[in-house]
Amino acid sequence: MLSVFWAVLRRDLLLAFRQRGVLVHHLLFFVLVVALFPLGTGADAAILVTVSPALIWMAVLLAALLSLQRLFKPDYEDGTLEQYVLSPEPLALIALAKVLAYWLASGLIFVLASPLLVLLLGVPASAVPVIMASLLLGTPTLGLVGAIGTALTLSLPRAGLLLSLLIFPLYVPILIFGAGAMRAAIAGLPAAGALYLLGALLVLGITTAPFAIAAALKISLE
Amino acid sequence: MLWLHRFGSLPYFYRVSRPIAIALAVPGVLLAAYGVYGGLVNAPVDYQQGDAFRILYIHVPSAWLSLFGYTSMAIAGVVALVWRLKLAEIFLVAAAPVGASFTFLALVTGAIWGKPMWGTWWVWDARLTSELILLFLYLGVIALHNAIESPRTAARACALLSVVGVINVPIIHYSVEWWNTLHQGPTVTRFGRPAMEMDMLWPLLCAALGFTLMFGWLTLWNMRAQLLWRERRSRWAKKVFSDA
Repeated sequence: MLSVFWAVLRRDLLLAFRQRGVLVHHLLFFVLVVALFPLGTGADAAILVTVSPALIWMAVLLAALLSLQRLFKPDYEDGTLEQYVLSPEPLALIALAKVLAYWLASGLIFVLASPLLVLLLGVPASAVPVIMASLLLGTPTLGLVGAIGTALTLSLPRAGLLLSLLIFPLYVPILIFGAGAMRAAIAGLPAAGALYLLGALLVLGITTAPFAIAAALKISLE
Repeated sequence: MLWLHRFGSLPYFYRVSRPIAIALAVPGVLLAAYGVYGGLVNAPVDYQQGDAFRILYIHVPSAWLSLFGYTSMAIAGVVALVWRLKLAEIFLVAAAPVGASFTFLALVTGAIWGKPMWGTWWVWDARLTSELILLFLYLGVIALHNAIESPRTAARACALLSVVGVINVPIIHYSVEWWNTLHQGPTVTRFGRPAMEMDMLWPLLCAALGFTLMFGWLTLWNMRAQLLWRERRSRWAKKVFSDA
């Protein structure tokens, strides 16, 4: 049972690595949203620091929305997904492996790139560890919840805007706790509470979302 | 159990749903009218909020139905996913626009009340925000249903989405509450003696019950339309059309 998990994970990571350009696009999107923002607000450092939690998290949310659309699409188009559904291995486990591979390929980049971007916005360096921790705990949950929406809209030709309507309301808790942890860290307050809650949401996501993703995939392939 | 199986038969449901809907509509409209009249005209003036509090006779039942509607959709969603009951699928698809309308009504009446009381149409308060997000959850179900062509697949996708949504509703609610709170605490549902005079409470309960019956009536009526559309190629539906 675990061997199928590793096999799917390895395959998806290999595929992601062979298409390095796409990974760079995700990163560039994230960087561009953050970098263009000060051009809209003016270069006032105080404003930038105040809005930086919202800005970083909204950029992550939008990047997740864009990248999630491709999560199952290639497998759906070439029929691999049907084989996954037909295989005797648990579909939920395969879905979890796919989301993990997706996160390692695109979510982790945001975590690694975030220190540079928040320093660009003038956030004190002392807040950086908490910011990275909040992204590390929050972005996998974005992938898990978003994958449910992607799986539901799989058979639709243009699902982008619909997908945002489906998953953004579900992202509210992650946004609140993620940006909340960041705000607390910037203000020099303890951020452990928000981080714990992000961790709890991640555990809830890992334990329940794969089953919902599997059910959604089956509905879409009916 | 036999009557339950008979309800699974779509032509049978179509026949009996009409008198049931009327049986819900008549007391529903009467109770709602009595409650709203009692609230708007008969109830004493609030010592703090003056006459402005009277909008709660529409606001509170709408807010209650926004939650009730989504919960009932999620329960129907579980039934649709587990037992593949067609009626449950049709119910949750039919209830979505009705529930969304009540959610919208709750938001609008809340905003109208908020202007004189809080001095602003909208505040980013926990309850208001979670109600707004609930509206988005409803709209998501409606949009997903419209996007998928096959009615069966669309209904099952909506079922899953509403089940996922209902797990998230308490999480969203408490996370938003943790984030910001200004809305007044619960008045009716708190344990012990309600913090409301019976003269004020009684019409409110009538209005809430009346609105709930009306919710059932409107949903049932919508279900009948959905049902006819889905089964438009079947013999019994064609007979309904030719008779009409």
